[in-house]
Amino acid sequence: MLSSLAAKFKNSSTKFTADLGHRAKIRTALKSYEKARNGTQSQYQDWQAARTAASTIKWEAINHLDAYLTEFVEKLTARGTKVFWASNGQEARDYVVALAKEKGARSIIKSKSMTSEEIHLNEALRQAGYEVVESDLGEYIVQLREEAPYHLVFPAMHLTRHEISDLFQEKLHTPPTDSPEELTMIARRALRMKYLEADIGISGANFGIAETGMISITENEGNARLTTALPKVHVALMGIEKVIPKLADLALFLPMLATAGTGQQITCYNSLIGGPRQPDETDGPEEFHLILLDNQRTQLLADAEQRDALHCIRCGACLNVCPIYRNVGGHTYATTYQGPIGSVITPHLRGLMDWKHLSYASSLCGACTETCPVKIDLHHHLLHNRRNAVAQQPDPAERFAFRAFAFLTRFPGLLNRLARLSRHFMPLTNAARSFLPPPVKGWVASRDLPPIAAKSFRDYWRTR
Amino acid sequence: MNSGKREDILGRIREALRVPAPRLHAEHGAAPAPLVPVQPRAWLPSVPFDAEGQLALFQKNCVQLKTDLQLVSGVEAAMKTIVNLRNAHHWTMAAAHHHPLLDQIVPALGLETQYTEERPDSKSLEKCSVGITACDALIGQTGSILLTARSAGGRALSVLPPHHLVIARVDQLVPDLPAAFELLSARYVKNYPSFITFITGPSRTGDIERILVLGAHGPKNLTVILIQ
Amino acid sequence: MKINLFIPCFVDQLFPSVGISVVRIFEKLGHTVDFKEAIFCCGQPLFNGGYWEETRGIATRVLETLAGSDPVVVPSGSCAAMVKNFYPELFRKTPQAEAAVQLSERVFEFSSFLVDQLGITDLGSRFPAKVTFHDGCHGLRELHVKLQPRQLLERVKDLTLVEMEDQTSCCGFGGTFAVKFPMISTAMGETKSASALETGAEYLVSNDSSCLMHLQGLLSRQNQKLKTIHLAEVLASS
Repeated sequence: MLSSLAAKFKNSSTKFTADLGHRAKIRTALKSYEKARNGTQSQYQDWQAARTAASTIKWEAINHLDAYLTEFVEKLTARGTKVFWASNGQEARDYVVALAKEKGARSIIKSKSMTSEEIHLNEALRQAGYEVVESDLGEYIVQLREEAPYHLVFPAMHLTRHEISDLFQEKLHTPPTDSPEELTMIARRALRMKYLEADIGISGANFGIAETGMISITENEGNARLTTALPKVHVALMGIEKVIPKLADLALFLPMLATAGTGQQITCYNSLIGGPRQPDETDGPEEFHLILLDNQRTQLLADAEQRDALHCIRCGACLNVCPIYRNVGGHTYATTYQGPIGSVITPHLRGLMDWKHLSYASSLCGACTETCPVKIDLHHHLLHNRRNAVAQQPDPAERFAFRAFAFLTRFPGLLNRLARLSRHFMPLTNAARSFLPPPVKGWVASRDLPPIAAKSFRDYWRTR
Repeated sequence: MNSGKREDILGRIREALRVPAPRLHAEHGAAPAPLVPVQPRAWLPSVPFDAEGQLALFQKNCVQLKTDLQLVSGVEAAMKTIVNLRNAHHWTMAAAHHHPLLDQIVPALGLETQYTEERPDSKSLEKCSVGITACDALIGQTGSILLTARSAGGRALSVLPPHHLVIARVDQLVPDLPAAFELLSARYVKNYPSFITFITGPSRTGDIERILVLGAHGPKNLTVILIQ
Repeated sequence: MKINLFIPCFVDQLFPSVGISVVRIFEKLGHTVDFKEAIFCCGQPLFNGGYWEETRGIATRVLETLAGSDPVVVPSGSCAAMVKNFYPELFRKTPQAEAAVQLSERVFEFSSFLVDQLGITDLGSRFPAKVTFHDGCHGLRELHVKLQPRQLLERVKDLTLVEMEDQTSCCGFGGTFAVKFPMISTAMGETKSASALETGAEYLVSNDSSCLMHLQGLLSRQNQKLKTIHLAEVLASS
């Protein structure tokens, strides 16, 4: 029996895989990424060695997480940052809402943060009566459309310029245009005042540096810089797994994140924030709050076999190479983290039984594992999730079928004879297409069945 | 406000870490990869270490990034260049910070200039045509500019006005990212500024059909006057 | 030398000529070939389904039957990967752990065995046609088989190899995935067949019949003339 989430996934997959226009759009977008990435990656003297090193640094950080987090927080607090440890999304949301109330905030500006999507922060703030504006262009667009981001890194990848023009016409009352430059300028103008008037700026963090007590933010647009420069209060949201040991580690992670994420050598702005403005600085927020979020990350940490999934630097490369993602698109996953990494971690963050279907929706091709800059064993973890799901609650019919098959394999001669007999029924399968059980039906809907050989290999072997 | 569930979370972490994780999923059967010291310089794209080579690489990157690089022979030439830029871009008001190098060149603009030391309102900073800053270093490998809130007039000066102008000396060039991080440590380890940034080209986005557009939210124009 | 042939269940029942081709190739090279009738399946469908306990039942039989020291050659990347890479994980911390590792060291995918173990690329074959090659994912990413089939095809007389775009993209079979998520599997297969058709090749060659079965199913339904054929069948031609 499919869970309702699994059924929704199947329905959405069916819809998107039939949409050839969608397939073409995504293919074009990802082809351009592939070209850029291959070009940039080939400039490395040794990309594979860089991957190994990045993986090793993350291993060190995650497997000594308590020590590095403690050092990180000590350094931050020493220079005026207020650190809040949130066990779950509710505690994080409550903190931000209470802070907004305390500050009498009216307008809040945000830069991109998948962690904030994960805990539905915008929703909570809106319900409490605060205006929250997404400043990243792609996030701004999907916010206006009232839909979830389509991709970890490219939130509006599924939209054409015409759809965006229509959107701006409807929501911002701007004249139609098919120029990406003009559309970008419209968003820039609309957001300019928001930066200047916002009482609170909320950002994410790509990395947390234990050695120096800083967060690192990677972006191209400059919206995160503005979000963290102008408002009086800056709040950053960071998953506990983002901490890395040393500042110099960024010399490796910043270019690798860019190469894998967008195919750039390095993104336009990479900023380090170590606290509120210092006494000798002429501007900057008066308060800096850092919310450290657990929200089931410690659950994943406790699974030693899959612990390396916490190495993720959220580059999105695994989504880009995944043939399933390319065909079903980001919204089909119906959860914050999409693609292979999302399929691996969502069962840990949100429940195995509800989310195991994502682990089954894969041909296990391994392109994700091959591309991951920090060498997470992604496609093998999909297998691990499948095994764990069966151990917890196997489907009785499926288990029976597999057990029967396993039993029958002890009698190859019998199976061989049964196969020869079934040849006589093959012509009927075409006629009886609509009556066939789901596994076979699924095949013949779009594919011819392979013919069963008149003489099997073992028949040949016996008689030679 | 208290600090939240610190001990709960640390407790869960310690409990989870009692079971060791395999170090680097080893190729099946093979021993795990030996611990190699982290040496990004050996793996990142190679860079020349001579001054001329670094400058050439920096120039090449600027072209690709659409950073307007103006190589000049001295402070006098820089003063002429800044006036040319003012005319070409129709600057009406400038913003800057005080700095030995900038103080020689910025007045040549002959424009009303807001200085960040005077703590201008962000709304009036927003009206400036150009934000002028010094920098801590220039990075050949990536064509990046490294600056901090302490050394470059705060956080907003280099990102709010639509044009960012950096005035630097060619001896501020460092070869690569590892060198830039070494410089940061050496210079600031006793007291880091609250804000440090690596700027690589004008602001950009590819969010609309993956088509590159400059000037998303940060400056649309980035100019570097590099004094030899 | 004596070579143990592991014939995957679908090769045995659906594509026996693949197995027959392998036998002919090794015998022509002067080796003795053995086939253990007691083995029907490597257990991968159950393993991929998450039924590891039940898989161990099947796999134990394979371990026992293939005990010894002779190399085991498999004309399928996915089954070879199952035994070579996944049996050690499947049997970790069980009494058969060592046996699984020992067997793993002796298991080879067909093209890799020829080129890497026997050092042979020229089999004196002839196959006058324009072909393109699909890299099965297990062979490619689990076993790092990429150059070997091409080195072998290069030596086939009158054969022209044209590489397709996106040659390392998954065909969409993925075992039970093909029937659990048929719409996605089909979409992936359509993309792959389109790349293959674009080359103008007469034959689509692979080292994995499971991929070919899926792609042939799609091509036949679309009445395409492009034919699928296993690498061993090409190499056995003269």
